[in-house]
Amino acid sequence: MLKDITIGQYYPTGSLLHRLDPRTKIIATFAIIAGLFIGINFISYGLVTLFIFACIFISKIPVRFLVKGLKPLRIIILITFLINIFMTSGEVIYSFGRFNITREGLYLGTFMAIRLALLVIGTSLLTLTTSPITLTDGIESLLKPFKKIGVPAHELAMMMTIALRFIPTLLEETDKIMKAQMARGADFESGNIINRAKGLVPLLVPLFISAFRRADELAMAMEARCYRGGENRTRMKQLNMTGVDFISLSIVGILLILLIYIRIIA
Amino acid sequence: MSIKIENLTHIYNPKSPFETIALDKINLDIQVGEFIGLIGHTGSGKSTLTQHLNGLLKPTTGKIFINGMDITDKSVKMTDIRKKVGLVFQYPEHQLFEETVYKDIAFGPMNLGLSEAEITIRVKEAMELVKLPYEGLIDRSPFELSGGQRRRVAIAGVLAMRPEVLILDEPTAGLDPKGRDEILSQIKELHNQMGNTVILVSHSMEDIAKLVDRIIVMHKGTVALIGTARNVFQQVEKLESIGLGIPQISYLMKKLKTIDPNFKDDIFTVEDAKEEILKWIRRRENA
Repeated sequence: MLKDITIGQYYPTGSLLHRLDPRTKIIATFAIIAGLFIGINFISYGLVTLFIFACIFISKIPVRFLVKGLKPLRIIILITFLINIFMTSGEVIYSFGRFNITREGLYLGTFMAIRLALLVIGTSLLTLTTSPITLTDGIESLLKPFKKIGVPAHELAMMMTIALRFIPTLLEETDKIMKAQMARGADFESGNIINRAKGLVPLLVPLFISAFRRADELAMAMEARCYRGGENRTRMKQLNMTGVDFISLSIVGILLILLIYIRIIA
Repeated sequence: MSIKIENLTHIYNPKSPFETIALDKINLDIQVGEFIGLIGHTGSGKSTLTQHLNGLLKPTTGKIFINGMDITDKSVKMTDIRKKVGLVFQYPEHQLFEETVYKDIAFGPMNLGLSEAEITIRVKEAMELVKLPYEGLIDRSPFELSGGQRRRVAIAGVLAMRPEVLILDEPTAGLDPKGRDEILSQIKELHNQMGNTVILVSHSMEDIAKLVDRIIVMHKGTVALIGTARNVFQQVEKLESIGLGIPQISYLMKKLKTIDPNFKDDIFTVEDAKEEILKWIRRRENA
């Protein structure tokens, strides 16, 4: 049941998109997010969709896999869709009881649903094509200029690396403890909300204990290897922007300019 | 409790780049009251197999019958399976969570819906089986006990459900030699007393040789060898080819046989080796 979580997962295929510099991909992702909020009609969304699908094609990640990542969000998307349909005032095209469906609502609801879906797919494409370690390297490098105003770039990146590194470990641990308690007859899946919350105690207590133990051990191991923060640290793999990165960024830039242009003339 | 496994296959993460075949068409028969040793390398499928036996994992294909009941069938209630098959995980002390030893051991029986009086009886009985003093410990927190005691509390937590099949996954991992011997002899005693079926997963050829009726050797998701300790340990080459071996004492006996062919070399425990060497010395003295 825990295996269904695809957010933050890395899907190695070795494609061009995987080999891009993480900074390129982070900037491009932010540009696409911005683009989704700049876009105001279906033409601009068509462009973004086209771009994202081109990226998926290049990345060689099965579309089925990305759609699976949308599954946990389907309720949010559906609610957004319904609220927009019923809550927007305008020309009524269908009504039952006190609820009215308006043409504008239908338009806005579809628009919002697409926006959410594209947001999720676009951002998961970043994590699917970038391993957590390179991703945090990219973030650290992008945050470096802000160090002057007191942003602890290295420490933030290190915390993220550790957090990401422990996600699979903790998931595995959760799975193991869950199974151990299920073997003792614990039931995590049925009953009302209060019983279910109570049922989590046998899972959470051992999990917290083991998380603290692991944190303690890791801190000790890092100290034993003389870790003392970011000063004077060099890295084994230097990040390098190449021609492909600049071309990719230019394409994203052009897309963004187009979206802004469409917004201005519309 | 007889266990019958037919064509059991289990695939993790099917249809993804992480797809792995953990079990590949396993067929097994385990009789009532047998003491089985399950050995194999990390990733050989031991844990996956044991988790199928009490319904924690569902087979991709294949069937498992426990006393004739097909536990892969959807209509079978999980609590019924778990009443019958008790599974002690590796490092079971990591699953302790209650404030007191009593409450923790009572967790399993409580989930079975037993009465308070019955639960007390079960807890007492389970603690006796693992040789923990009932009066002295029930109100202590499990987290202030020693490692060996914590593990025994965790094992008692499973025993309190009175499983007819008891599966132990590396019950001695990380214990000191004394703790290991204690746990193993208690498991053996328990088996003799209750006559239940026991499946012991272990890395140690020595432990397995000392305790079990039959050995199952797993390799890359398949059953590589199966039989009595004698049968299995005779196939030294096959065992070594899959990265396992025979008990060290057996290697010694084989060496001795090359010196004097009168030595028996199908010996797997230090006790038997001692007898054999003493016999050999007596023979020489008489000659």
